[in-house]
Amino acid sequence: MPIVLAILAEGDNYGYAILERVRQLSGGCLEWKDGMLYPALHRLERLGLIEARWEVSESGRRRKYYRITSQGQTQLEDERRQWEAVDATLRGIWRALSFPAAAPYSASATPQPQGA
Amino acid sequence: MMATGEAVSLEDQIDRWRNYLGRRQAIHSVDVAELEDHLREQIAVLGKGGLAADEAFLVAVKRLGEIDALSREFAREHSDRLWKQLVVSPSDTEEPQVGLQKDAIVAFSLAVAAAVLVKAPALFGMQLDADAGFYARNLSLFVLPPLTGYFAWKRRLDLRAIGWLAAMFGAAAVVANVYPFAPGGSTEGLSALHLPISLWLLVGIAYAGQRWNEIGGRMDFIRFSGELFIYYVLIALGGGVLTAFMAMMFQAVGIDIEPLFESWLLPCGAAGAAVIGSWLVEAKQSVIENMAPVLARLFTPLFAAVLIAFLGTLLWTGRGVDIERNLLIGFDLLLVLVLGLLLYSLSARDPRLPPGAFDAVQVVLVISALLADAVALWAIAARITEFGFSPNRVAALGLNIILLVNLAWSAVLYIRFLKGEASFTRLERWQTDYLPVYPVWAAIVVVAFPPIFGFI
Repeated sequence: MPIVLAILAEGDNYGYAILERVRQLSGGCLEWKDGMLYPALHRLERLGLIEARWEVSESGRRRKYYRITSQGQTQLEDERRQWEAVDATLRGIWRALSFPAAAPYSASATPQPQGA
Repeated sequence: MMATGEAVSLEDQIDRWRNYLGRRQAIHSVDVAELEDHLREQIAVLGKGGLAADEAFLVAVKRLGEIDALSREFAREHSDRLWKQLVVSPSDTEEPQVGLQKDAIVAFSLAVAAAVLVKAPALFGMQLDADAGFYARNLSLFVLPPLTGYFAWKRRLDLRAIGWLAAMFGAAAVVANVYPFAPGGSTEGLSALHLPISLWLLVGIAYAGQRWNEIGGRMDFIRFSGELFIYYVLIALGGGVLTAFMAMMFQAVGIDIEPLFESWLLPCGAAGAAVIGSWLVEAKQSVIENMAPVLARLFTPLFAAVLIAFLGTLLWTGRGVDIERNLLIGFDLLLVLVLGLLLYSLSARDPRLPPGAFDAVQVVLVISALLADAVALWAIAARITEFGFSPNRVAALGLNIILLVNLAWSAVLYIRFLKGEASFTRLERWQTDYLPVYPVWAAIVVVAFPPIFGFI
């Protein structure tokens, strides 16, 4: 759930807008059933990483806004470090893997399967 | 004209959806409100995209996800809302009515089995009054295996787990009956007292099934234990009333039922009631919903007040604690009680609520209990050499230290939570992680104490 935390680190937000932001940032690659977001939010809340408050939106409906707590910020920082480590490692591996194939440069430049 | 008609039907549809969702026990009305806000926004966006209201509604509901899956997800997160149903829930295909009936039959058969187990030694000439020591040592071995069997059946444990549980019960039976206890000695009493506590862990493992490793699973077991205790007391009260009437009526025709009562009704009833009580806790969850937390909430402020009054009197009058043989046991019981109050308040608390006045009372209770216990320990430590290390005293001291460690760290975590430095979950995790310590200590008392102290 670091994605949700990161989005809330940008500023307080509510469920629907969080999902919109995920969709927008991932270019539609990441999508999960809308409803599933809420149990996940409640879990983060229980763990004390975010806190919730009810507000009345401009349309007059009651709306639940979530805010990241200082504990959540720390957690996000941890997550970021871990993801960066994973990312760096994987990059290293990709590079190592692509070297033998990369020798005949022209062949590997367009490693498209037939029919593409 | 058209627009208003559509709007009404949309409101209708949302209403129906809301009611449908609200019937799920795992989804509370605040969650429905939150989901509804989401739904309406989605409908509005789709409407702007050109969809008609009813189409937009359908798409929005579909995007929210299947209600069953959603409800399951909510249940997983909020297991406290429906702890019993969640653990109980048999396969979805099974008719609930049929499942309930089957449960009842199995539970009653196992209750009868427990009663038969209690009476079986009588066939070999073991009398309740003459061989009281034998019955005291083996009491938990008559009752807990059928109870564990019930949950093993209910949770569909695999054969390996069942075999392991059976082996543990077997080992306990060997220890309880092979050790050459001196009749009426204190190690025999300690063994009789501690064996049920250590075997209760096995019941817990069967009860929680695959969820034993989760905080939620162990918390559910704590909740179950508290409810079972209350049910058991209620059943015992009912049984008392029943037998009192029986005695009175048969007395009127000149028949004394006391022998029958003592050798049959009481032991069989007491053994069977444990299984029946467990079944009731699981099946009749709506009759008395979570009594233990209610009692804990009621008595926490009262006990806090008593403890503060006690500490205040100590300070004011400058009196020392009278050292008496049973002082340590008395304070052990006090700590057990405070731990119970803490545990059952925790078990019912919504971890997401911010700290409130009741939490402060809870901290006061725990800290004053710790202080009172420290005073008692101090007084005893000064004279422990004078009293000598009898098995009873070592057992009481060990228990006191175990409880002291638990409560002291709980107090630290609770204060951190009050100051907003740590989440409530930390406290829950500490309590559920600590759970195996008690049965392990009890097992040490049962297995190691008799040989160490020469079976006196």
